[in-house]
Amino acid sequence: MNLGFESTDIITLLPEIFLLTMACFILVVDVYLPEKLRHLTYQLAQGTLVGTLLLVISIYPSSLTLAMDNMFINDAMGALLKLVILAIVFVVFLYSRSYLQVRNILKGEYFVLGLFATLGMLIMVSAHNLLIIYLGLELMSLSLYAMVAMHRDSAQAAEAAMKYFILGALASGMLLYGMSILYGVTGNLDLAAIATNISDADSNKHTALVFGLVFIVIGLAFKLGAVPFHMWIPDVYQGAPTAITLFISSAPKIAAFAILMRLLVDGLSSLYVDWQGMLILLSILSMATGNIIAIAQTNIKRMFAYSTISHVGFLMLGVLSANQAGYAASLFYIITYSLMGLGGFGMILLLSRVGFEAENLDDFKGLNERSPWYAFIMLILMLSMAGVPPLLGFWAKWSVLNQVIQAGFIWLAVLAVLFAVIGAFYYLRIIKLMYFDKSEDRTPIEANMDMKITLSINGLIILFLGLMPDMLMAKCLKVLQVLI
Amino acid sequence: MIKILFYFFALILIFAATRVVTVRNPVHAALFLILAFFSSAAVWLLLHAEFLAIALILVYVGAVMVLFLFVIMMLDVNLVRLREGFTRYLPVGILVSALILLQMVLVLRYWNTTEVIATTMVEIPNTTLLGMALYTTYLYPFEIAAAILLVAMIAAITLTMRARRSNKYQKPEQQVNVRRADRVRLVKMLPESRD
Repeated sequence: MNLGFESTDIITLLPEIFLLTMACFILVVDVYLPEKLRHLTYQLAQGTLVGTLLLVISIYPSSLTLAMDNMFINDAMGALLKLVILAIVFVVFLYSRSYLQVRNILKGEYFVLGLFATLGMLIMVSAHNLLIIYLGLELMSLSLYAMVAMHRDSAQAAEAAMKYFILGALASGMLLYGMSILYGVTGNLDLAAIATNISDADSNKHTALVFGLVFIVIGLAFKLGAVPFHMWIPDVYQGAPTAITLFISSAPKIAAFAILMRLLVDGLSSLYVDWQGMLILLSILSMATGNIIAIAQTNIKRMFAYSTISHVGFLMLGVLSANQAGYAASLFYIITYSLMGLGGFGMILLLSRVGFEAENLDDFKGLNERSPWYAFIMLILMLSMAGVPPLLGFWAKWSVLNQVIQAGFIWLAVLAVLFAVIGAFYYLRIIKLMYFDKSEDRTPIEANMDMKITLSINGLIILFLGLMPDMLMAKCLKVLQVLI
Repeated sequence: MIKILFYFFALILIFAATRVVTVRNPVHAALFLILAFFSSAAVWLLLHAEFLAIALILVYVGAVMVLFLFVIMMLDVNLVRLREGFTRYLPVGILVSALILLQMVLVLRYWNTTEVIATTMVEIPNTTLLGMALYTTYLYPFEIAAAILLVAMIAAITLTMRARRSNKYQKPEQQVNVRRADRVRLVKMLPESRD
């Protein structure tokens, strides 16, 4: 009898299996832990992430492997994205611990839901089937909706969760509708089979395929937060507790990028003429709206939300050049973005304390007087987001622009640079506030040692990788060569 | 014969579905939705999909719709306010419906309609086939779906359970160990005069 999987598949899926088992284990253990041993949940969750990370490294694929009836793909790009996601979630848990503790929402459920969301992301990254992409996405999204709503005493968080849930469900519906049309036309759920079916499809099917493609692109744009499907991002980023905002702004974006690659590149690459145009439109709108509206924001979380939207616009520049080097540039961009976003929200968490949220731009006034070191870290982060050389953010922008020019869209590159210059204003404004304004707040910055060290490393790594961008770029290029 | 049955159930289905959106009383709308579920289950039965038909009735009619009815009855729905929006949103609704219809017609014109899924009249019952597919080929998505349900449960409990200090609950071990002396006190009194 065909069992649908072979015993070697278990080894390929070991990281996911381990993560799921440990998440269930932590769920049960947390119930029975006495209050004073609660920190054990945190340590177990971190241990799980480290363990999964080691397992991913240990089965790092030398070539493309398919498992579970071709539903699971283990390739170099997937493995790299998984490593980045796991490392980011580890840092997110580390940053958010004391923030959640003083607000009394540090519960076992936070870590359990966080681990399940991570599992969903891993599943999305190595999905090779429309059904698996959708299920992974739902597993991740459901956990995130609940995490946003976890701070139940805050009306703002409840509102954010409601918006996130409704728009997220709408986006999933769009994606699912597109997938159902794809299935109807090609008769397949498997991405490779869809790709072969489309490449020799007659032109009659083309209309129906593009009809499905539109819905898939809309669904992806919703999840990534590209204009005009960005409405949820500012409200959710502002309303959610900062620690949760940190979570939803970093790792899920990488997973969304992964399914974008799987769907458009692995599955629908022969329709690239059609999706290229859609992505150009989304990209221009995102860069324009994100950078211009961010200037008017006084809330730093909202400002970062619009900054995310503009970064998504840049990210799409690489994908729309529709070649290996372009995809590698986008991969480089998304990793860079998540490192910068992690640091940015980490700084807000560092400055927040009991009964005080450092979420207004004015809270960064005179940071240099209070702590020259963290002002310097923030300086690196802001300059990198603005794209000032020699920081990592500059190389990310440089590589996507390079690819767009080589693909022949010089006007698009000019527009992108123009918007990046507009965007530099609001990043530089924070630097001005930190260094040239007087501080109204004299409270010393207090945080755990581990958070201080990690945040410093986070900032320095952007400087360090910016000085040697070839290391990461070569890695991105290498993993994508294996993809084909 | 099967054709007559199909048209019979299909007509009921369309009628019920139309009533769901046109009827004014939300409770009636929910009841019409149940009728729609029943008739689509019947259509599925005609296609030899007996497991799906029974699952639809058991899960949707038996559990989901009953819950739905409870919610509708508990919410204080203001009927007047519900009706207010109808004419205001009607043009938008008609426009959207027309667009969707147009798109569907455009797509279906290019559709190869000859490739209808062959009706499998195999010996193995539908339920067995579904079970075999779920636990072999589709094992991986099946497991992920299980994880999603677990997350839904965790989320629902996290968001609704509030452990209050004032919660009163029984302690069986103390109840069992209780002695007469703890509860009853005999008091010696002098008889009192009645006046």
